[in-house]
Amino acid sequence: MSAALQIPLDPRDRGGPAQPLLLVENLRKHFPVRGGILNRQTATVQAVDDVSFSVRKGETLGIVGESGCGKSTTARLLMRLIEPDAGDVIFDGDAVGDRRGISVNDMRRQMQMVFQDSYTSLNPRMTMVESIAYAPRMHGTPRREAIDRAEMLLHRVGLNPRQYARRYPHELSGGQRQRVNIARALALEPRLVILDEAVAALDKSVEAQVLNLLGELKESLNLTYLFISHDLNVVEYMSDRVMVMYLGRVVEAGPVESIYRHPRHPYTRALFASKPTLDPDRRTTEMPLTGDPPNPINPPSGCRFRTRCAFAQPRCAERVPELLAPVAGDADASHVVACHVPEAQTPKHHTTEVGHA
Amino acid sequence: MSATTIKQGHDARMSSTLQTEIAITTPDMPVGGVTPGYWKSVAGRLLRDKVTMAVTLVILGILFITLGAPLVTSYDPYAGSIMTRLKPIGTPGHWLGTDETGRDLWTRLCYGGRMSLLAAILPVTIALIAGGFLGVLAGYAGGRVGTLIMRTMDVFYAFPSILLAIAICGLLGNGLSNSIIALAVVFIPPMVRVSETVTSQARGLDFVEAARASGTTTLQIIRHHVLANVLGPILVYATSLISVSIILSAGLSFLGLGVTPPQPEWGLMLNSLRQAIYVQPYVAALPGLMIFITSMSFNLMSDGFRSAMDVRLNK
Repeated sequence: MSAALQIPLDPRDRGGPAQPLLLVENLRKHFPVRGGILNRQTATVQAVDDVSFSVRKGETLGIVGESGCGKSTTARLLMRLIEPDAGDVIFDGDAVGDRRGISVNDMRRQMQMVFQDSYTSLNPRMTMVESIAYAPRMHGTPRREAIDRAEMLLHRVGLNPRQYARRYPHELSGGQRQRVNIARALALEPRLVILDEAVAALDKSVEAQVLNLLGELKESLNLTYLFISHDLNVVEYMSDRVMVMYLGRVVEAGPVESIYRHPRHPYTRALFASKPTLDPDRRTTEMPLTGDPPNPINPPSGCRFRTRCAFAQPRCAERVPELLAPVAGDADASHVVACHVPEAQTPKHHTTEVGHA
Repeated sequence: MSATTIKQGHDARMSSTLQTEIAITTPDMPVGGVTPGYWKSVAGRLLRDKVTMAVTLVILGILFITLGAPLVTSYDPYAGSIMTRLKPIGTPGHWLGTDETGRDLWTRLCYGGRMSLLAAILPVTIALIAGGFLGVLAGYAGGRVGTLIMRTMDVFYAFPSILLAIAICGLLGNGLSNSIIALAVVFIPPMVRVSETVTSQARGLDFVEAARASGTTTLQIIRHHVLANVLGPILVYATSLISVSIILSAGLSFLGLGVTPPQPEWGLMLNSLRQAIYVQPYVAALPGLMIFITSMSFNLMSDGFRSAMDVRLNK
């Protein structure tokens, strides 16, 4: 990414622009399902299973997938809102929670999150300015200074502080509340912001405004985004790189143009084929996916997508496919895919089926 | 968003920090000025609620005649006269009549309210503190701690409240303090349950997660995010418990398990006047009327508080 090279040096920057801001290795979270009289563990939900990825400085990594694929769990694991079962998270070269690395609390000052539900993510008993100033105050910023800064942030996200600073969450619209949530996430001056379906609950015109605001903020504050969404159009608009998840695993990852023009994994192709299009000349020709995703309590062996995959072969049930770059062709080596089927390994043009403009 | 609204509350220091910023206007801004604080708006709604204001005045009146009893009566609550036994309502000098030993009933009701209110409010206060603490702990901690607390409370729930109170009083012996302890034990389980429910609801909300994600400590989260949202419903519930508590404590002393004679107390007075119900039925019913009015007033007041505190109901 050329954008990464243009970043002026942040005093907190440690590894230089080439070092990934966030490196996630084999992150795993299995939730126990308890039941019966003795409350014993009867099953496990494999919410996130061996997920690895990296986020470069200054880029936006989009994570897409249908509901229940582990997008939000990944975000919560990164913030340590839930403890991972296994895996390493390395923030700018420092292992998070490691004795020689960075503590969870220090990591949280550099990594913040915006939640989907703008209403429940604000304390109904706190005014907007109190909500924004809260975290800095708890970290020792004097009251007056924190409030001044909060008012500045309100202004920054496009809300007039004189009008909105003393309001309560129920007095604002969804779009305004989400702006406040963004301001609150920025109050600790993070370097990485996780946007977990941050615009999903907004209507389209407000969504566009908030997306533009996010773009402006990223530019002016040198932010890096982890953008989680189920909306393919929004992810394409926002992201530099995209990662596709299915049932707790990464199935495909790569630069946004490459993934959107030449999706390789059968799941990604089906996902893009389901994207509604208004152009009658670009009708969906790819076979639609049928049924629900399998239960993550007992995911299929091998490739988790094989039960819904049109190309499934016997070996798909035996071995878990690894995330690999394509074997042949002119394709970008950074575009990786987890599939045994050869068609997925060689680049094929799906532009017309995908309906990509 | 006119210039005049922006000018309001103009702060010179603030504008200097904002001058460098570019103003971005949003079309989804509602028009309106700065709104008052939460408790101010609650007070405003309470003042507009006529029923709540009326019952609050009744409660204040009851507090005045009980706590300020010497100001409203000149009789001694213990001094009776054999000559003036069981006078009817409206007797000169004894406008509410007299009881079976000739003591002025108005005086007895005023002084008796002290005991009745103490025996009713103190158990609720104890239950509020102990039950609220346990409930917030169970709701926030969840897991094993939560299960342990809640299952213990379920054991107490298995007994009907009045039976449990009688059993505890029987065990400890009669007397005011024992009746207070018994009622506190009776009220702790429902208090724990209510505070556990509201706390576990509040805990799951995203703003608590957001506070955790910004490195706020557990104690700070409980203090600023959980308690602030949970205290309202808990206090409202406690107020509604007072009305039950008045009836239960009067019931205990009616049964001879609470306050001992000759001390005036509404439940006890009801019991001793019971024998005179055919002679002076209206006089005999007066302590019961006081219990009823006080209990109803607290009940209606808690209803009023509940709706005044609910932000979402009063958009």
